[in-house]
Parts: sequence; C-alpha cells; structure tokens
Amino acid sequence: MNWVAWKMLTGDRAKYLGTVFGVAFGVLLISQQTSIFVGLMRRTAHAAIDVRDAQVWVMDPYQQNADEIKPLSETDLNRVRGVEGVEWAVRYFKSLARAKIETGSFRQVFLIGLDDHSLIGAPVKMLDGSLANLRRPDAIIVDKSGYEYLWGKEPIRLGRTLEMNDRRAVLVGICEATAPFQTFPIIYTRYSQAVQFVAGERKVMSFVLAHPQQGVTPKDLSTRIAERTNLMTKTRTEFIWFIVGYYMRSTGIPVNFGITIALGFIVGTAIAGQTFYLFTLENLKQFGALKAMGLSDRRLTLMVLLQATVVGLIGYGLGIGMTALFFEATSNVTALAGFYLPWQVAAGAAVAVGLIIVLASFLSLRKVLLLEPAIVFRG
Amino acid sequence: MIAPFNNAESVGNSATAIADREIAIACRGIVKDFGDGNTKVRALHGIDVDVFSSELTLLVGPSGCGKTTLISIIAGLLNPTAGDLDLFGMKQSQLRGPKLVDFRAQSVGFVFQQYNLLPALNATENVAIPLLIQGWKRPAALKAALSALEAVDLGSRAEQRPNQLSGGQQQRVAIARALVHQPRLLVCDEPTAALDAVSGQRVMELLKKVAVQPGRAVIVVTHDDRVFGYGDRIISMADGRIESVENRENELNSAGKREES
Ligand SMILES: Nc1ncnc2c1ncn2[C@@H]1O[C@H](COP(=O)(O)OP(=O)(O)OP(=O)(O)O)[C@@H](O)[C@H]1O
Ligand SMILES: [Mg+2]
Repeated sequence: MNWVAWKMLTGDRAKYLGTVFGVAFGVLLISQQTSIFVGLMRRTAHAAIDVRDAQVWVMDPYQQNADEIKPLSETDLNRVRGVEGVEWAVRYFKSLARAKIETGSFRQVFLIGLDDHSLIGAPVKMLDGSLANLRRPDAIIVDKSGYEYLWGKEPIRLGRTLEMNDRRAVLVGICEATAPFQTFPIIYTRYSQAVQFVAGERKVMSFVLAHPQQGVTPKDLSTRIAERTNLMTKTRTEFIWFIVGYYMRSTGIPVNFGITIALGFIVGTAIAGQTFYLFTLENLKQFGALKAMGLSDRRLTLMVLLQATVVGLIGYGLGIGMTALFFEATSNVTALAGFYLPWQVAAGAAVAVGLIIVLASFLSLRKVLLLEPAIVFRG
Repeated sequence: MIAPFNNAESVGNSATAIADREIAIACRGIVKDFGDGNTKVRALHGIDVDVFSSELTLLVGPSGCGKTTLISIIAGLLNPTAGDLDLFGMKQSQLRGPKLVDFRAQSVGFVFQQYNLLPALNATENVAIPLLIQGWKRPAALKAALSALEAVDLGSRAEQRPNQLSGGQQQRVAIARALVHQPRLLVCDEPTAALDAVSGQRVMELLKKVAVQPGRAVIVVTHDDRVFGYGDRIISMADGRIESVENRENELNSAGKREES
C-alpha cells in the first residue's frame, strides 16, 4: 500500500507540487530570514572575526563593544607581555577615519593598524596585491567591498591613492574581509602608519592582542591577564559574542528582526503544516474508502507517515536549496556580501519543519483514524 | 445454524425453495441508534431478515428509512446498538476491531453511489486495491485486476484514470474492484443513482451476470424502480422496519438457476 500512498501523493501533479512548495516556501522563509539575522549580527563583530591569529583580546575594563574604544597605554602592553604564559602580545589599532579619494569625494572608513613587525590581525585572504607590500611607505590594503564603496565599479587598480588626515595613502592590495555592520570600507595599514592617518591623540592603542604559549589555553591566559593587569580580557570567541550581545541588548535590531523571524517562522510553519494537513483532508474520502475496504489503521498510519516524510524531505530540500541559491546568487551584491546559510540555521529549519510535519500528520492521522468508515456510503 | 426467518415471505414460494437456499446473513432484532439523549435517532427498530447466498437481494424503501444503515451494519462498517447478526456462520458480536477490519478485507466487496475510485490510480490499479490490502504483491495484483476489468468489458480502458471514464464506466471499474478478491458478500448502495437509464441498466445487468455467483450474497440498495426486475428477492423497508419481503421467480432467475444446477 505504500505504493498507493506514493501514487495518491504524486498522482495529481499540481496538488503535489502545491504541497511540496508550500513546505519549501515555509522552509525558505524560516531559513532565509534567520540567516540574514545571523549574518547581520555577525557583521557587528567583523573585526573580532577577522583576527584569526591571536586568541586573546585585551581592552579597557569599561569597554562595551568593538567600536567605542578607550585606548590603552604602552605600559598596559608591557604589563600584558609580562604575564606568565604569554607567547607574544602586540598592538592593534581600530578607529574610524575619513578617506578622501582623487575626485575629492570622501567616505567614513574603518582603519585598522597592525603591529609593524608581525602584522598580527592581517587579512587572511588577498584578492589582489600582496600582504608583504603593506610594509612599504604609506601602504594600505582595502577590502573588496570597500574598494567598491570608494571607487564604485571601476576596475581594481593598485597604486592609486587616497588621503586620510591630509596624508597620502597608496593602495597595495585588495583583500577579503567580513563585512562590517555599517557599510564602511575597511582599510588595513601598519600601526605606525595608522597613527598618522587619524588626527593626533596621545594614546591610540585600541587593543592588545595576545597569544598563549604552548600548553596554555586561551581561556586560562585570558583569566591570568585579567588578574594581573586589571584590564578586561576576552578570548576570540568570547569577544565575538560580547560584541553580538551588546548589539542585541542595545539596538532595535533583535526586536525588529526577532519579529520578522518569528513571523517567518509562524507563517513558514503554518504554510508547511497547513498544506500537508489540507492535503490529507482532501484525501479523507479516499482514506475512508480504503478503510471501508478493510485497510487496517496501522497501514493507514504508515501511508500518512510516508506521505508526510516525502513531503517533508522534498519540501525541506527545495526550501533549503532555494535559500542557499539566494545567498549564492547575491554573493556578488556588495550590500549582501558575506551573508550565507549557517548549518545551524539549516539544522534548525529541519527541526522546525520536522516538528510541524509531525504535528500536521498527527492531526491528519487523528482525522483518518477517527473516520467512520460508514461515511463512504454518504454523499 | 440459524433457521430461516420467514417474515412476510410472500406467496408463490414453496417452503422447499427456501429450505434449499443457503443463508448468508441472518439479522435478528437489529436496532441502531444514532446520537444519544435528546438527539437520539433510532434508525433501525429491530430488523429480522435473512439474506441468501447465490442471489441478488434488492433493498428498497423511501429515503431515510434505514437502508444504508442496515447494509453498513451487515458489511461490518457499523456496529448495531442491539440485536444479533450472523455473518456466514460467524457472530458479528465476536468480530470486533481488527477482526472486523479483516472480515471486510477478505469477505466484503463494496460498490458506492459515488464510485469512490482513487483519482490518482488508473483503472487496473484501482481494481487491484482489495488485493493489495490483502497483502498481494503488486505485479500479481495488477494481473488479477486486469482480468477482473476484462470481465466487466473494460479491458481496453485499463490504463485510464477515473476522470477519463464516463460515470457508467467508473461504476463498472468499481464493480470489478468489488469482485476482484472474490468476496462472499457484495454490498452496493444506490449503484445506479448517479447514472442515466442506459448505464444504470448496464450496471445492473453486470451485477446480475458477473456478481451473482454460488456462495456469494449480493445486496443492492436502490430507489430506482426500473431496476426492480433484476432482484431475486426484494426487501422493502419503511421507517426503520422491514415492510415486506418478496421472492421473485422471474425468467432471468429460473434461467440462472438452471445454469447453476
Ligand atoms: N451518522 C448518523 N448520525 C445520525 N443520524 C443518522 C446517521 N446516519 C443515518 N442517520 C439517520 O438514520 C436514518 C436512516 O438513514 P439511512 O441513511 O440509513 O437512510 P436511507 O434509507 O439510506 O436513505 P436514503 O435513501 O436517503 O439514502 C435517517 O433518519 C438518518 O437521518
Ligand atoms: Mg442511503
């Protein structure tokens, strides 16, 4: 009878596609909206995410996020270096700056200054030019989206210049970077250079990046540094969540997006569940006839579950596929760059759809099992 | 064994003729209530009647008199509120739950006014369903289904879906489906009601010719006095009671009987 169940499901092509796409659309709503939310939140922590070679961030004890920064002093750096278990500790500069291009138009940018010797925190993936050239005088590297924000769709041309704080900067490379929440270009340069690109403050060291010696965990090191220096420390992962947490608490994004996601979830699951439920309801008469003809409840149940499984799996596959395709298709759209479908979201959508299909088939089954077979004689 | 119950057996039947016949179904004091309390409706008020094997029994009467209710009980779709029902020597009261479902699967064929074919299956596949329910393998079931379709002259429509068939053809497919597993009981509720006169006659002829077999009881509920001539026996109901039972010795019947013996 499983074959009959399959035929009942797929026999009416239009109804079948309607049901499957109902589920797929539900999955698309859930996974796409959640992915964008996750992507946006990720963007707030772009700086922390892009520093992959240091495990511990050291900052002012009252710091709340990665953008409003109270700088540290040289003494602080030395104190960190003095903590037992520190393999190395380096300066890291992060600030907003204003960049003016050849035509005179300007943009706000994120300026990142890397330790002159080690270049710790440098971009991982260069798209054009080379990281080594960052050691040249006035050298800067701009992220790909940033290049577009600054120079539009012009082809990439290394060697072109821009001005920051009346100082010339020379483009030596294009890199990939996690898009920031604000759509600003990210400009990498050496620490000593960065200091000159912003109007003079006495203290400019935004963070100290530290790395544990072999055998010391980042968490241990973080705790140790905090104890010895009274500075605030975070491991890389902690820092990412710290920033995300800040934006979650202190901006309207989570509320607004939470509503969108909740709506996506409700609408998505309602569509998915309802289309399947309606499908069974429409077939109730057929189930009734089968029941009258002596099909046992157990096998009727198996038929409904088989139909639910097929609809769930194909609908989920299509929906997740559409989400993945959406992010794939928009990966070159600068404003949407860096958004993707995290596997956790895919898994969450799977669980949600699984639950709703179970619920829908439970309700459908109730209908089918409580069905009086005698109704087959009634019009 | 249950003794034949001769309620209102009409004249023209010798006692021996009745004694010869094999009782398939015996109803004794069947009562059926729907709902309870204020909304209680008594649809059957103590039905006593026998249905014999190897003949076509018509169940007639005005709308709402309880015909559908009675055949639903006989076919194991409804449980009576009170009374005894004997199905081929088994007590219906002992056929509960899975056993009753099994009884329907093995022993009953159904023909409905609205055909109730599965729209997604073609004619052969629809006819194969009772065999699939019995656990036959698909190829064997489809093969047997095709022969059953040929028996109702629809071999050429084997691949067609219900919506590609006329009402009369759909009802013939339904008859093939009801007979494919050789049930001992065939119940048909208003099988001609949705059909025009010619298709209706055709369906009745088919039931007479193909469905009525030694050892099988065929019950046809009908409003349609044009088909009364096909009955070997006509049970008339009114208001949840049996009004009369008429045995007919028509040409068709005697011809049928002669062939059998
Ligand atoms: N499920 C039910 N719930 C309540 N009352 C019912 C139910 N089924 C039947 N009845 C009532 O029982 C009585 C007999 O109904 P039944 O359907 O058996 O009549 P019928 O002779 O088949 O009529 P028709 O010729 O119109 O099909 C009617 O009064 C009907 O309203
Ligand atoms: Mg009726």
